[in-house]
Amino acid sequence: MSVATVTLHERLRAALPNAGISLRTNPGPSGQHSLLVDAADLPDVCRFLRDTPDLTFDFLSNVSGVDWPDPAKADAVAAPAAGEGSAPPTGGFLEVIYHLYSTRRRIGPLVLRARTIDRATRVQIPSVVAVFRSAEFQEREIFDLYGVEFTGHPDLRRILMWDEFVDHPMRKDYVAPDDYEYEPTPHAAVLEKAQRHYVQP
Amino acid sequence: MISDPATSLTSAVLAPGADDDQLLHVSLGPQHPSTHGVFRMNVVLDGETVVRLKPVFGYLHRNHEKIAEGTSYLASMPYTDRLDYICPLSNNWAYAQAVEKLAGIEVPERAEFIRVILGELTRLINHSAFAGFILGDMGAWGSALMYAFREREKILDIFEELTGARMMANFMRFGGCRNDLPEGWSAKVSRLVDDYGPFLDEMEKFLVGNEILLSRTLNVGSLPREVLINGGITGPMLRAAGVPYDIRKVDPYGIYERFDFRIPLGATGDCYDRIMIRFLEMRESLKILRQALDHLPDGPIIHPKAKIRNFIEGPKGELGFHLISDGTTRPYRYRIRPPSFINLTLIEDMCLGLDLADVVIILGSIDIVLGEVDR
Amino acid sequence: MNTQSSSTTKPPPPPAKWSVPGIGLLKGMVVTAKNMIQSYYRKERMTTVQYPEERVPISPNFRNFPFLCYDGEDPKAGLRCTACTICETECPPQCIYIVIERDENGKSLKRPKVFDIDVSVCMNCGICAEVCPFDSIYMDGEYELSTQDRFNGLLFHLDRLSKPADYHLKLRPVEAGEVAVRRKAEVDKKRAVQAAKEAKAQTDKDKATPEPITKGEPA
Repeated sequence: MSVATVTLHERLRAALPNAGISLRTNPGPSGQHSLLVDAADLPDVCRFLRDTPDLTFDFLSNVSGVDWPDPAKADAVAAPAAGEGSAPPTGGFLEVIYHLYSTRRRIGPLVLRARTIDRATRVQIPSVVAVFRSAEFQEREIFDLYGVEFTGHPDLRRILMWDEFVDHPMRKDYVAPDDYEYEPTPHAAVLEKAQRHYVQP
Repeated sequence: MISDPATSLTSAVLAPGADDDQLLHVSLGPQHPSTHGVFRMNVVLDGETVVRLKPVFGYLHRNHEKIAEGTSYLASMPYTDRLDYICPLSNNWAYAQAVEKLAGIEVPERAEFIRVILGELTRLINHSAFAGFILGDMGAWGSALMYAFREREKILDIFEELTGARMMANFMRFGGCRNDLPEGWSAKVSRLVDDYGPFLDEMEKFLVGNEILLSRTLNVGSLPREVLINGGITGPMLRAAGVPYDIRKVDPYGIYERFDFRIPLGATGDCYDRIMIRFLEMRESLKILRQALDHLPDGPIIHPKAKIRNFIEGPKGELGFHLISDGTTRPYRYRIRPPSFINLTLIEDMCLGLDLADVVIILGSIDIVLGEVDR
Repeated sequence: MNTQSSSTTKPPPPPAKWSVPGIGLLKGMVVTAKNMIQSYYRKERMTTVQYPEERVPISPNFRNFPFLCYDGEDPKAGLRCTACTICETECPPQCIYIVIERDENGKSLKRPKVFDIDVSVCMNCGICAEVCPFDSIYMDGEYELSTQDRFNGLLFHLDRLSKPADYHLKLRPVEAGEVAVRRKAEVDKKRAVQAAKEAKAQTDKDKATPEPITKGEPA
């Protein structure tokens, strides 16, 4: 069963007047709307959703990271609802999307979004591990692959890549390395790349 | 009942203690038969007792999500086979369904029936293989696994006849299935469904009363329900603890609401319950298969011819694909919610205070596949 | 089929009691003994096949690595492939490599100069066969491909990939039969169109009218 995101938005605004929550609509056939939450308010919103007796969103199923170098694209996928005057972001940013379910009321998903300020240094988002343990490895994965720093995470290390790795491979501007072992494949591009990397004496 | 399920781990265990020089650090894996692939656990032992356990991932990491974001939607389908290679068809199904929701494609009824049949056969494969593997973890290497694989092989032959490959099926398509059933295929499945019940009887006779199995699994690795839900545990692991959460019932996808089946629930969620739940689920799968085979309609198998997230109840838990489209032929964001990976979240909590030998059983009862954990 | 959903839950199995110590073990051993003894005379208990003396017949749907189909006797002249490179673009692991044969003006001759498939990269998905609009590329059933040369032995060139249409017919009678019928119909249609055109040209010539020849094909 799907969640009435619009009514829930009203409810959250009334209950948490200080939290920055805005409704984002999805124009596609799926129509999965979402709530854009200010990063700083995210743990409070999650805790409210989990602990309020008639909401009981007790199950954080999924945490996805998204890289938006072009903020206009982000708004095309999750458009600001009518009447919600949100200032258009100027630069690119990283986004983390949370999918919440209620195992008791058997409804979901409730989609929450949180955005970093930019893609370079101000990439902090408060961790929700203290509210939902299931975020532990998923936040580590997003830290690893996207470079979002989850403040308050108990054990924020790389998880899929090795510890010495420097870049964040899922970012859109990531450049794939060319230092792999060359094997004769039908593709000249592979050979060219390998030859560029291993300069012949 | 604990106050906040998210803080089930005591921080004292997480932080290094003062008497660390008395502890034994063991690196369990990555090449170890009980780790079900290349997977490592850094275990800290006090004598034989586990005081800390940190899983280490990434040995099989190939960044499937990045590859998928660089190719067309269809080209990712064969890669989904390789996520959880024990049950490729449920991965196919989840991905196909996600794209169908994204694009608003309808699936013909016959294709839905075929998908249910394949999905439940996959569940049989996964759970039988699980029964064999966990016995192997307990030291009964051989008989149980061979019996389970013998039956699995019969299903794989059926898959090969339909899809062309035993494991890397690449069969589901957006809006249906790739090809229609070959001549006599459903009769073969029907015979298999008839024969599977006796096999399960035999397997249960083989295992259920076994004193070694009981002493290795009873009251091992159970956690409170709230902690499991909070930790994102899904699938048979969660239902073994008595939480009636199965997406086939909670949010029926495909045509599952038409079938008459039940969701087996365990009581305590220990390793014994996790094994038994899978046996009971296989029997329910047989029921669904029987109904689906009896009512298989004729008709087309594929529909003639944003942002979405879609879940199915995979054999290992909640398998999800999260797709974001920007209108081009390639997905802008392609994310998998891998059940094996997230089910490992609480492995430390489950193992603390138990013996090292129990770690192997607990890991076995989680039923992971590293192709999916590392993606 | 029951459309009404019955209760979703079922009580858990009662844990087996420790009645007589060791009775569960003994029961399990009976099962093992039964399996062992029956494996000598019951087919469903003894499923091993003594490869390579015995072989399991492969089903028509079985797919392994791609091959290219050609009509007639000459693999070069009869090759159905037109080097459209759809399979090269769609191949998920990018294991196909095609160079289009061109004449001196750079115009495509609609046949491949180079068609390589690296089977050490190929993942047997069959998407190339699915997307091919010219009935050219199909999945093979040959599985004994081990070679001593890890690199060149696993790089299949055009000469090795080309196989006659009869081979396809033997491999997948139903599919190949359908394709053959369809292709024949297409060829017949083309011939009929060609014949009609020629006939029309002839009649036009006979009339010797100054009207320009209509471009549209006759119905």
